[in-house]
Amino acid sequence: MAWLLPDTGLLNPYVVQILMYVGINMILTLALNLVNGYMGEFSVGHAGFMGIGAYIAAILTVAVLPRTVSAWCFPAVLLVGGLAAAAAGLIVAYPSFRTRGDYLAIVTLAFNMIVKSVLENIDALGGPRGYLGMPRLTNLFWVAAWVLITLIALRNLVQSNFGRGIMAIREDEVAANLTSVDTRRLKLYAFLISAFFTGVAGGLYAHLLQFINPRSFSILKSTDMLVMVYLGGVGSLTGSLLGAAIFTVLLELLRFLGIWRWVVGPLLLVLLMIFRPQGLMGFKEARWLRPARWLVSS
Amino acid sequence: MAPLLEISDLSHNFGGLAAISDFSLAVEAGELVGLIGPNGAGKTTVFNLITGVFRLAQGRILFLGEDISTWPSHRITAAGIARTFQNIRLFKNLSALDNVRLGAFAQHRYHLFDALRRSRAFTEEERRLTRRAWELLERFQLSHYADTLARQLPYGEQRRLEMARALISGPRLLLLDEPAAGMNHSEAEDLIRIIREVKEEFHLTILLIEHQMRVVLNLCQRVTVLDFGCTIAAGPPQEIQHHPAVLAAYLGRDGYLAEEKPDAAAPA
Repeated sequence: MAWLLPDTGLLNPYVVQILMYVGINMILTLALNLVNGYMGEFSVGHAGFMGIGAYIAAILTVAVLPRTVSAWCFPAVLLVGGLAAAAAGLIVAYPSFRTRGDYLAIVTLAFNMIVKSVLENIDALGGPRGYLGMPRLTNLFWVAAWVLITLIALRNLVQSNFGRGIMAIREDEVAANLTSVDTRRLKLYAFLISAFFTGVAGGLYAHLLQFINPRSFSILKSTDMLVMVYLGGVGSLTGSLLGAAIFTVLLELLRFLGIWRWVVGPLLLVLLMIFRPQGLMGFKEARWLRPARWLVSS
Repeated sequence: MAPLLEISDLSHNFGGLAAISDFSLAVEAGELVGLIGPNGAGKTTVFNLITGVFRLAQGRILFLGEDISTWPSHRITAAGIARTFQNIRLFKNLSALDNVRLGAFAQHRYHLFDALRRSRAFTEEERRLTRRAWELLERFQLSHYADTLARQLPYGEQRRLEMARALISGPRLLLLDEPAAGMNHSEAEDLIRIIREVKEEFHLTILLIEHQMRVVLNLCQRVTVLDFGCTIAAGPPQEIQHHPAVLAAYLGRDGYLAEEKPDAAAPA
């Protein structure tokens, strides 16, 4: 990696570490915004998907693949972690056919708790003590690559017929059905894609920290994701990137607050809801993320 | 030839209250049929049953010879039944262009992965769809509103946008739920003209719910009158307006329509 970066001294290991956290949080925020912002559902359990992705990817590099090849297989490892999370997304998507709003929030909350309790009770995975031994495979290159993949895939999605259908669910589900939008299929797609990228972010996280435990994927993690989504702005890719960057850097700058630092996130959420519910960029995009001309003109 | 839409013995309850009982109606291709009746007569319920918003408890609906009674809404719409709503239901925070494009949702021919990686199939299809949407926007004099969010459009434009969204898929049957609601006399006249033109241009069959008698009398070849979920009369509008049961149930005992000049009441 080092040879890729100019030796300016700016990218010291600490800064690189922060940048990687920013990147992982960007993926998480983009993915959650698809469900909570674009589709208008309210998932509060996305840390569950992240946990599944993290554990599956970690098991692969620690227990399944020989150490010598795991570095080469890292992209595939992340992919498998993402797919496992997507499979879980399928399970959460089904209740979303029948329930909306508060009720779906409770279902996703329950899902998050189930994932955490299951992980805590599998002794082979270290139970509540956590799982370790992962090689440090996550580097700035892989993080940046996945941020880019997520951003492009989601931009392409929301600017397609599928994306418009997903937004129609948010606007008026009955009217969407009556304009021939198959809302069930789209909900499935949205949850699958969202969970997939969240799972990939989990895999990156596990191989950055080299240690994961079930508590890392509790409702608190989900709350962080929500703060980043609503800080940046719902229904906006630009907002997701901004929200993740600002929140991550802010928490880092507030290290001196010690344990009080963890009050910042929830407090920020409360203040946002009162003073700027649409976030920084709600439903708006920076110029370079708006639909290309050929997509909107005749 | 079999009728385009054939509804037989339709019944529907809301918690024991009969909203529709034994409703039957056949609509031939090319017809313009009116569905009238006082408030709460069950007119919109009929639309909701046709389009699958409510599950059918009893009865059968055939469209183009196929039994659509158990189909989900999106499939019914994709099969060629489009509708508008009594209280406009646009996608408020989406642009007018996106609203229209959504009307053709079921017709895009690319898969999820085409969209995610912007394959050639996606590009071509999206271009075609967008061009078609612009044609519709122009047809309804909405092209300068293409980027405007639906909720920011004036009322009349919202009504037209709903029509454009319904028509982009090229439906066979159009269900109009009180299109003249909230319109004044001259706006209603405009609407009558638009409905006539659109019916010709898009080769439509139209089933229309309407409160404004002027609209019904001017447009419909045939009218079915509902009261408390039951059909109380059916026939040409000029006969219907003198039908004693209709006068009693719908127009009131005095029958204000009977006082209208015959030329104003002349059918189309």
